[in-house]
Amino acid sequence: MTTAPQNPVATVGRLRSMVDLYVRTMKVAVSVQFQYRVGNYLYMVGMVAEPVIYLVVWSTVARANGGSVSGYTAGGFAAYYIVWTLVRNMNIVFTPYGWEQRIRQGRLSGQLLQPVHPIHHDLAFFAGWKFVVILLWLPIAAVLSAVFRPSLHTSAAQVATFAVAIWGAYLIRSMFLWLLGMVTFWTTRVGALFELYFVAELLLSGRLVPMRIMPGWVRDVAGFLPFQSTFGFPIQSLVGPVTGRELLTGLGTQALWIAIGAGLVAVVWRRAVRQYSAVGN
Amino acid sequence: MAPGGGTPDPWEFPPVRAARLAWLYFRIGAMNELQYRVNFLVYLFQSALALGTGLAVLALVFGRVSELNGWSRPELLAVMGVFTIMGGLIRTVIQPNMTQFMTDVQEGTLDYVLTKPADAQLLVSVRMVAIWQAVDVLSGAVVLAVAVLRLGHGMGLAHALGFAVALLAGAVMIYCFWMMLTTVAFWVVRIDQIVELFQGIYQAGRWPVGVYPGWLKIGLTFLVPIAFAVTVPAEGITARLSGSTLAGAVGLAAALFGLTRWFWRFGLRHYSGASS
Repeated sequence: MTTAPQNPVATVGRLRSMVDLYVRTMKVAVSVQFQYRVGNYLYMVGMVAEPVIYLVVWSTVARANGGSVSGYTAGGFAAYYIVWTLVRNMNIVFTPYGWEQRIRQGRLSGQLLQPVHPIHHDLAFFAGWKFVVILLWLPIAAVLSAVFRPSLHTSAAQVATFAVAIWGAYLIRSMFLWLLGMVTFWTTRVGALFELYFVAELLLSGRLVPMRIMPGWVRDVAGFLPFQSTFGFPIQSLVGPVTGRELLTGLGTQALWIAIGAGLVAVVWRRAVRQYSAVGN
Repeated sequence: MAPGGGTPDPWEFPPVRAARLAWLYFRIGAMNELQYRVNFLVYLFQSALALGTGLAVLALVFGRVSELNGWSRPELLAVMGVFTIMGGLIRTVIQPNMTQFMTDVQEGTLDYVLTKPADAQLLVSVRMVAIWQAVDVLSGAVVLAVAVLRLGHGMGLAHALGFAVALLAGAVMIYCFWMMLTTVAFWVVRIDQIVELFQGIYQAGRWPVGVYPGWLKIGLTFLVPIAFAVTVPAEGITARLSGSTLAGAVGLAAALFGLTRWFWRFGLRHYSGASS
């Protein structure tokens, strides 16, 4: 590379090859994952159990409570948790548990030789997978809607925000789980830390219950953490009730967490690679 | 060991022999795992996190209502205790054996099991033990004890016995369910996602199956026997278990065990090994 970074032609070329990298990796992901559609389906059906349990319990609570809890009726909970299933699927990213294998089996060594940051491969691959997931999700959503009769009143602005927010959620969760996974460079006893992270996420993201059901202090704590941007906000943006202002602040908050995540990944990665001693063949 | 003639050796009576074999494998497996002591702390931590989450959910629900579908807070705590105990049992002895069995069918190493001079179904069911997962059995027992104290009506011998029998019947049914599911591996070799699928569905047992809508309740009772594994034993603790339900649970467990046995033999006849 003899060209200076200021050279506009080189910048355009770099951008084009990056786009090309993403498109190609996504295409590979689509064809690979479509091959395993039965396995993918079983996995997705198993995942549906979680929101269905929450939905049944909270609908029961709403009915016992005189029709609603914190403004959610049984139909409102149904809408929340059915949209939840799509958001959860969008949130599946490279698992932090995968880092141990990557490092131990020396698979990372090959990736280090490539001229781009390895996160691009993960981002592109899982993003491609999402297209298969969304396609497979549609029948699941239809069945859940027929069974649980959600009441969904949304607007064009909300749908548009949702379409952007699910990808924002995907980016944020990708980067934060990458950060978490990179702890493996320093120690292999990471299981307990990961568990702690996932429990915090479960409670503070809107995955377990809509955040409005949580006590005030929990919501205050959650306000300082990225979790809500990955679950609660995308769901809320579609299901409502939400004001136009809240939609914009939500997207802004997502942009902020994406920037923070990207910065942290860049810094930690540089230090992590210094820790890395290649194992493999 | 000498076949025929003389007095029969009581140690060679088939059920006793089976129990001895299972115990032997349990001891070997436990000794193997006990080498990794730090894992105890890791599992203890995980168990505490899971319990904390469960308690947080109970607190959220009972912040709004005073009972859920007729179950009070201490009663649901008892359900949580049973759920944790049963989950621990499943992950200690049932699940590790079943995943190992599926791997063996995939890789063709099942042949080594089949050539051993003992019953193959017994062998594939007792080979593995993930002893540290039993931490959940202990923490579940603690939760259950707290729940019984909170309930305040104590526990008579009859109730305790009913609970124990119901728990055993539930465990047998879960084992049979898993065994039949894995036996399918003889025909469909790759069923990797089954563990995840089961773990997902098992979570439904956190709540008494009565809260679920009709079709789901039936599925959770007869398709995946979670009602018998968690709700029925919990009914034993909270004094709502009738003799007929208990008898039904025991009868169903026995019938399911017979069916599993038949299905296993049927599957085994279709097994041709991987190395051909």
